[in-house]
Amino acid sequence: MIRVRNLVKTFGSFAAVDNVSFEVAQGEIFAFLGPNGAGKTTTIKMLTTMLKPASGDIELDGLDVHRQQTEVRKRFGIVFQDPSLDGDLTARENMEFHGILYHVPQKLRRQRTEELLKLFELWERRDDQVKKFSGGMKRRLEIARGFLHTPKILFLDEPTLGLDPQSRNQLWTHVKQVNETEGVTVFLTTHYMDEADRVADRLGVIDHGKMVAQGTPKEIKENAGVESLEDAFLKLTGSAIRNENAGSADALRQFARMWDRGKR
Amino acid sequence: MNVIYILWLREMKRYVRSRVQLMVSLGQPTIYLLVLGFGLGPVFQRAGNGNYLQFMAPGVIGMTILFASIFSGIGLLWDRQFGFLKEMLVAPVPRLQIMVGRTLGGAMVAVIQGLLVTLVCVVAGFRPVNWAIAALALVFMILIAVVFAALGVAIGSSLQDMQGFQLIMTFLVMPLFFLSGALFPLKGLPKVLSLVTAIDPLSYGIDGMRSVLLGVAHFSTVTDLVVLAAVGSALLVVGAYCFSRIEI
Repeated sequence: MIRVRNLVKTFGSFAAVDNVSFEVAQGEIFAFLGPNGAGKTTTIKMLTTMLKPASGDIELDGLDVHRQQTEVRKRFGIVFQDPSLDGDLTARENMEFHGILYHVPQKLRRQRTEELLKLFELWERRDDQVKKFSGGMKRRLEIARGFLHTPKILFLDEPTLGLDPQSRNQLWTHVKQVNETEGVTVFLTTHYMDEADRVADRLGVIDHGKMVAQGTPKEIKENAGVESLEDAFLKLTGSAIRNENAGSADALRQFARMWDRGKR
Repeated sequence: MNVIYILWLREMKRYVRSRVQLMVSLGQPTIYLLVLGFGLGPVFQRAGNGNYLQFMAPGVIGMTILFASIFSGIGLLWDRQFGFLKEMLVAPVPRLQIMVGRTLGGAMVAVIQGLLVTLVCVVAGFRPVNWAIAALALVFMILIAVVFAALGVAIGSSLQDMQGFQLIMTFLVMPLFFLSGALFPLKGLPKVLSLVTAIDPLSYGIDGMRSVLLGVAHFSTVTDLVVLAAVGSALLVVGAYCFSRIEI
């Protein structure tokens, strides 16, 4: 479903993604792990047409991501690291908006909106403005929205960041459920190793822009000769703390989050 | 078409729901109208220029549309901050449609505000010379709204953060307003000032409204129409270009 070959992205002389190759099969849940600044988000951006690679090929569902951009965009859903909902609109309106952007016919749109909002336990709040939602509810709504146009692949970029264990648990249960019933391929990134261990069929570990390990959680633990995925991760990527290069976009995001909190 | 519609609808819904925005958008012009209209009225009259409220009403309507439309475009900055821009930009639709929908929505909201302020002006005592011809003012309102909504989109696409917003406000939006002849007649100005006012697109919008509402024009109704239409088309192209280059 996803095929990446020799992917490279450089910013000036810095190689954010350095010759990365991997494949994700249809229906698989693939977790992409790595320390801050390892190249996870850059990779997701390239996979989802938002960023042009310096070199290398990306195929999604047999389509070239950069030459067949519009076709590719119909085939995936994405939940970004930061919220991307319109707080002034209601949950249902956010879904409706998304459905129209993705050309989902009206009848199907209504039907799926109802199904998904019920599944993600938001149906009772469907006509409330999203700015009144809690962090967990917003995340759930974003994921429900990502599934609306029946994508073949769903990208989740740190979907559980900042959620309490209850919400995280519930969120993964829902994602697994849709993965099983609709056969959606899921590509996710997370910093919570227990989640990756529990949810993912296969993992890829990236560090300094290079893929340092790939395989099932079991294989990765065995190869590293340790008990937990957390230990395997630390062994693979070292325990030094990374400084993420915070640009103006990150500063903006922080501001937006503060603002968001203030309004709640 | 659906995409343009939904973006337009979003702008409308956001406007109707934001009561604060609604109040501010009507309150500010009302204050200008009442304070300046009645405050400077006697001086204006003594200078032999006639009734200041009559003169100023089209200016205040133009100001309302200017602010509303340019801010709707710059609102892209908010969409960027709150992440909604990404949702729009990864969707499988041409960016041009998104830009057009957003611009039309913003322009429409601005025109509605302009009409509401027109109502306020009439309540305050403003009377057009000929009501039938006065309806043509709507054409100018729409043109002003499109010109500045497109300019707003161009700016909103290029700005990265809120600091830029203050700069734009101080060095672009306020001068556009003050140099448009909204508050003072354009004739008999010092050379430099008359040159600057002649390159401000809003001058033509307000002059056009005066020409149909009051029957007096500094340029001419046709000049006003042609200039606004030309500037509007050019800015739509520029806005679409800037929007197509946004990176997230």
